[in-house]
This record gives sequence, structure tokens and C-alpha cells, in this order.
Amino acid sequence: MKKFISLLLVGVLLLSISLSFAQSLTEIKKRGKLLVGTEPTFPPFEFVDEKNQVVGFDIDIANELAKRLGVKLEIVNLPFDSLIPALQQGKIDMVIAGMTITEDRAKVVDFSKAYFEANQAIVVRKDGKFEPKKLEELVGKKVAVQLGTTGDLVVSEINGVNVVRFQKFTDAFLELQNGRVDAVILDEAPAKAYVKKFPRFSISAVVGTGETYGIAVKKGNKELLNFVNQTLDILKSSGTYNKLIQKWFE
Amino acid sequence: MDAITELLKSFPFLLLGAWETLKLTAFSVGIGVILGTFIGMGRLSKVKLINYLCTAYVEFLRGTPLLVQISIVYFGLPQLGIQLAPYPAAITALGLNSGAYIAEIVRAGIQSIPRGQYEASRSLGLTHWQTMRYIILPQAFRNILPALGNEFITLTKDSSLASVIGVSELMRSGQFVISRTFQTFSIYFGIAFIYFLMTFVISRIVRYIERRMATA
Repeated sequence: MKKFISLLLVGVLLLSISLSFAQSLTEIKKRGKLLVGTEPTFPPFEFVDEKNQVVGFDIDIANELAKRLGVKLEIVNLPFDSLIPALQQGKIDMVIAGMTITEDRAKVVDFSKAYFEANQAIVVRKDGKFEPKKLEELVGKKVAVQLGTTGDLVVSEINGVNVVRFQKFTDAFLELQNGRVDAVILDEAPAKAYVKKFPRFSISAVVGTGETYGIAVKKGNKELLNFVNQTLDILKSSGTYNKLIQKWFE
Repeated sequence: MDAITELLKSFPFLLLGAWETLKLTAFSVGIGVILGTFIGMGRLSKVKLINYLCTAYVEFLRGTPLLVQISIVYFGLPQLGIQLAPYPAAITALGLNSGAYIAEIVRAGIQSIPRGQYEASRSLGLTHWQTMRYIILPQAFRNILPALGNEFITLTKDSSLASVIGVSELMRSGQFVISRTFQTFSIYFGIAFIYFLMTFVISRIVRYIERRMATA
């Protein structure tokens, strides 16, 4: 039995040693890699291409950040609703995942300056039976969204909308196709990409929510936040930002 | 038609995910078997404390959802200063979980060996551990093999839950393909088919070993 107990102790020790995760700039440089959390199921911001590589607009921005730090980029792929917990627990240095800056999120993480402006699209079946032009027209209807996204936040605020939440927005579309929901709400860019591929759906309206995407870092990590903001400024003034917009959105 | 071509095109990618699933399951069952053997014996221990601890372990891990356990290991343990990357976290959670189920299988296996064998072995001068190691466990293992095979199959399917902490196993690989191709139905169907193929092959292998051991 003694042997067993000592084995257990060794096991616990090994577990606690594990990888060292941290966030300060010097620690990132010492580690030699920048850990960026994202949910690569959100084209064209982040997705896995045919070569099994995580690519996209956000990933290019992450690469620019890593390049300027002189470290390698490591993408940590996680479900969207796990990204903020992972950031809080020090699993990742930052989140670049098409994440909208909201008051609630800003309570638990620090956001960079906005790096992208996105609106919400209302997607419906193209049979012309239901074509809402405003969010208010969704009252009394069933609406599918991706859990924890802005679409989720926006419709959840309206009383009387029956919201069905999915891990993947593609599951939400399957639900729309099967006729179990009346509309899907999600960000304009992926909505456009999806509708282009599947003409049986159409975007009935694009709702300006004035929402913007930001890069999230752990609450109170001023050093990293300043670095991210400075880099975003440089990317915009040097024209790199516009090139990336052209590359991924046009 | 688009759906089928996209599925075929992404099939090699899904197979890579399936390989990850197999590795994840094999590691976890490995941990589960080692842990389960000790805890299963502990469940039969005459020492009250060991007996109590092992019973508590089994009851707690069987009585809480695996999804919750995975989340605790990945998101909860950092509070205690234990940082695990997604893959080790998934193996830890799956291993601890299957350890509980395997403990019960092992306990039943040990109890299936007539008590007289234990007593005979002890009166021949073997210690408790020697008796367990050379007399009881080898026979018990043969009896519980079908149940262990079942556990392997169950865990193969349950490992899909590791997708929630970002382990790129079969389920998550499928989600990546879906987000790129938007072919929800055909890809999910393809994933289901690969899971079935894996569990079917495992069950055949277990059956083969069972027959070999029955004649031995």
C-alpha cells in the first residue's frame, strides 16, 4: 500500500509541474511563443483550411503580433464560450476570435481598441414567408443563435423571442433548414459567406448594432494591452490592415 | 452531390481526427485500468479508511457527468495551481472517469473468483499481494474482459466530449470541416460512420481475444 501511496504522490507532483502558462511580455518572450485562443469555426476570421492549418483574418493579425514580439504564434483552439474562462485561468495570453466588445465581457477581460466593425445579419429561408426587417419582428418567433455570440446577446435582450442556442452556427442553420426555427442571427461576414454557398437561405436584413471586435487580454494586463494597441495602430498606418481586409473580405 | 464530394474530400482529415480519438481513448483506458485495478481492490479492503475512500471515489465519479469532470480538470484545477494543456487535461479526466467504472468491473471480477482459492493460496504461504498478483487477478481479468471491452467502446464514444476543451479529436475535426464546407449533415454522418467503424473493430478484437483466452 505504501508503494501505491507514493505512486499517487508522484503522480500529483507530475501533474502540478506541467506546462508553465503566463502572460507578461517578458514571460511570453522567455517562453518563445504567444498563446492565442480562438474558435476556428468562424470563417473568414478563423477557420481550419484543407491543409489542417488554422487561418483567417484574425490569425494574420495574431501573426503580426507574434512577429513583432519576436516569438512564434501558437493557436489554442477552444469553443467560443470557453475562451474567456481560458483567458482568466491563464491558459492563453489573448483572445482573437471575432469577439465583440460588450460591457459584460469588459467586466471580466480587458479589450484592445476595436479592430473590426461588424453588424448582425438576420438569415431566413428563401421561401419569402418570413422576412423580418427589424429585430422587433422576431417577437413570438423561434430564433437560433450560436451560444455566447453577439447574436445571442442581441436577441436575448428582446422580450418574447424564443431563443435556441447552439455551439456551432452551422447547427443553427441546420435547424433553420429543418424548419424548427424561423431565423438565424449571426455576424454579417460569416452570414454572407454561408448564404453565398447556400442560396436556399437569404439575409432579410442587416442590423447595425454598432458592434466592434476587440482583442481580449487578461484583466489588468496593461503591458500586453498597450503592446496590442500599439501594434494595431502600426498595422493601420502602415497599410497592412487594409491589405488583410482585402485578402479576407473582398 | 456537393455534400458527398465535400465529405470524400475531407475524409483523410477526419481520419486524422479518428486517430487522435483512438490515442486519447487508449491512454485514458490505460490510466483507467491501472487506477481501476487498485481502487477495485480497495473497494474490497478490510481497512475501513481505504474501503471508504475508494467507495467515495467510485460513487463521486460515476455520479457526476463526464462533461462536468472534463471542465473541472481544464478550467477548475488552475485555481489550485494545476495548469494542464487540453490534451493532458482530457486524458486525466477520461482516465479518472473510466477508473471509477473499471474499479467496479475489477471488484466484480475479484468477487467472481471463489473465496476458497484465496484461502488456499494464503495457507500455502503466499502473502495477500502475491495471492492477488498471481492467483486472483489473472483469473479475474479473463472473466472481466468482455466488460473491459465494453468500457473501451464506451470511452471511444465519450472521448468526443473532449472537443469542448479544444482537443482536435474526431468530433472537433468534423466541426472544423463543417465550418469550412457548411455541409452539416453529410459530415456529421461521416463522423458517425467512423465512430461506428472504430467501435465495431474494437468489439471484434475483444471477442477474438476472449475466444483465445477461453481455449487457453
